[in-house]
Amino acid sequence: MTQAQAKPQAPHRASATTSPRPVDPQAVTGSGETMTGAQALIRSLELAGVTDIFGIPGGAILPAYDPLMDSSRLRHILTRHEQGAGHAAQGYAHATGRTGACIVTSGPGATNLVTPIADANMDSIPMVAITGQVAASHIGTDAFQEADIVGITAPITKHNMLIKDPADIGPAIAQAFYIASHGRPGPVLVDIAKSALQSSATFAWPERIELPGFNSGAKPHAKTVQEAARLLATSRRPVLYVGGGVIRSRASEGLRQLVDLSGAPVVTTLMARGALPDSHPQHLGMPGMHGTVPAVAALQKADLVVSLGARFDDRVTGKLDSFAKHATVVHVDIDPAEIGKNRAVDVPIVGDLKEVLSELVPALVEEQRKHGKPDLEAWWMQVNDWRATYPLGYTATHDGLSSPQHVIQRLGELNDPQSTIFVSGVGQHQMWASQYIKYERPNAWINSGGLGTMGFSVPAAMGAKVGMPDQTVWAIDGDGCFQMTNQELVTCALNGIPIKVGVINNSSLGMVRQWQTLFYEGRYSNTDLHTGHGTRRVPDFVKLAEAMGCVGLRCETDADVDATIKRANEIDDQPVVVDFTVSKDAMVWPMVNAGVSNDEIQYARGVAPEWDREEA
Amino acid sequence: MSSKHTLSVLVENKPGVLARVAGLFSRRAFNIHSLAVGPTEHPEISRITVVVDVDELPLEQVTKQLNKLVHVLKIVELDAAKSVQREMLLVKVRCDARQRAEVLQIVDLFRAHVVDVAPDSLVIEAIGNPDKIEALLAALAPHDLREIVQSGTVAIGRGARSITERALDRVIA
Repeated sequence: MTQAQAKPQAPHRASATTSPRPVDPQAVTGSGETMTGAQALIRSLELAGVTDIFGIPGGAILPAYDPLMDSSRLRHILTRHEQGAGHAAQGYAHATGRTGACIVTSGPGATNLVTPIADANMDSIPMVAITGQVAASHIGTDAFQEADIVGITAPITKHNMLIKDPADIGPAIAQAFYIASHGRPGPVLVDIAKSALQSSATFAWPERIELPGFNSGAKPHAKTVQEAARLLATSRRPVLYVGGGVIRSRASEGLRQLVDLSGAPVVTTLMARGALPDSHPQHLGMPGMHGTVPAVAALQKADLVVSLGARFDDRVTGKLDSFAKHATVVHVDIDPAEIGKNRAVDVPIVGDLKEVLSELVPALVEEQRKHGKPDLEAWWMQVNDWRATYPLGYTATHDGLSSPQHVIQRLGELNDPQSTIFVSGVGQHQMWASQYIKYERPNAWINSGGLGTMGFSVPAAMGAKVGMPDQTVWAIDGDGCFQMTNQELVTCALNGIPIKVGVINNSSLGMVRQWQTLFYEGRYSNTDLHTGHGTRRVPDFVKLAEAMGCVGLRCETDADVDATIKRANEIDDQPVVVDFTVSKDAMVWPMVNAGVSNDEIQYARGVAPEWDREEA
Repeated sequence: MSSKHTLSVLVENKPGVLARVAGLFSRRAFNIHSLAVGPTEHPEISRITVVVDVDELPLEQVTKQLNKLVHVLKIVELDAAKSVQREMLLVKVRCDARQRAEVLQIVDLFRAHVVDVAPDSLVIEAIGNPDKIEALLAALAPHDLREIVQSGTVAIGRGARSITERALDRVIA
């Protein structure tokens, strides 16, 4: 009998914790009072520290909306679609680091949340979703607006539960917030039967969270941390491969120390943009399919890759067996299941990055004392050669229309990186927003990385603005994405949430069109959206914006870009939509075609870096 | 080449936990060979025995994924040589008086039992490790097997040690 897979006896056991956080100290727990399940739910949300919740009422959740009206601590924001409520909760969580919350009704209300939940699960976003369910006696009868949302979301939640007894509501909500925010963050769904909301019970708010099977993270092993430090002190071609975990763990400070001490080149993934300031001299940019040549090349040629909260996603590694072939791999992650999932690991470290970095930095000081500062001069000469030869860049479009890259670059340059949050949708504009905006701090870049959810940006930007009202929030969206979720601008207009939306309007599903250009002989099947230059412009985004209570601006030439952005930045009392009509022929470069080795990176179409020259 | 592994999964006795465990296997593209679930000596804990067809490396991955389920307390892989593994088989054989003797001889040979007799049929019950059950079925194959029903494997480690002990500490901590 092998005990190999018994759960590690982690010191951070849930049952050892005295109180779920964050708790609003002003809220009286009210434990012992008799109240309805609906009242218990609202009380629980208050006790869990929720101040803003996004949602839409409906039959099954209706009882909860009555006591909600009387809550002075909870601000409910009525969205126009449940998907919007979910993405708003994500944007809120992403911008603030606190757990986002949303509340919807049963059946279609709940199924409309499936996409945001899956998105939060992929990108490790702490979120609690409350769904109404039909009365307990009706469950399983195909009742009106019944859907088995616990069954549907089991594979895409960190945890979920169905509550049929009003007495269980307090403990369930406390557990949900605890699970969502501890360990690797993620979405938790609490499905509550209408009958439980309507009947009464003694309210209970647990003083301790009892979750014997839940491990929020192990303590890093000193031996593996020491080994990682030794490798960093002695390798000749190290790269720090930084993922979104650094941002979730709020570990940027520790990362900065490790970067400065190690002297190693750094790449930040799509989820980690801003974890290290882009202005840092050791920063090579984003790795992966649309990464910079220096970032991709450095990983390919590295003798040591130290992965910090990244997960070796296929969009980063390209063809897995040719990724960073010569590298010894140190993998740090709070989730043991990530270690060795895709890439075999030489030094596994399970733990919270903040804690790991606080131990790795002194360990590296110690190792450097033994081995001396590493000699990285030859490595940096090579890396700097790549940087000089293959900087990020784009060529002007042939049709004379604005370059989308230029628009996005100016959006970055005309906004203060310290006080602006950029939120993107998914596609070409997302890649350009990651490439051409300089991020100087964590949580200033929000996007849908793992799931790649088109339509993410407007509702997520709304959530970010609610969570961080003093920040300027720019949604950078595509014309395809924008048509999926723009209705939440109505929510923004009516609730005083003045976000700004830059629609990078290339009149097409741009990324799909790019693949059709490259891999389908330019046969543009179903990617033309008729929203840009020389089309009927259906819909007209300026008129659409105005109809939704926003200011609508249009910018059609490079010459107008700066003035339009400045005009949009001056408007602070209303949401603004800018229709930047741009060329549809611009493509995202560099690019590693799907499924091929990262060695095959193309700097521009048909232009591959000359590796041999550098290796000679 | 994949191979069979027997996992004992101790779970909190909560609704839906079997579905979560089973769902995880299919979602991560692992093939369940058999699955059995039942109560343990502690009412708070249920025990799921999963026999899975998988390589060593993916097995580690699926175990780690299982560990992430909130209601999963502990996972132990039971080595076939160091554990007792049993399945139960019920098989209905059509046979008249002439064929009966031959069938009963096989039943005796495998120390199985006849649990139901009708003029033209027998129901045979057998308990044993998966190899034995397979061999019995092979021996019966020439006969007219009308119905076969098999349980999943259940397994327990040899010796005094109990895998539930420490898991229980966590539940009542």
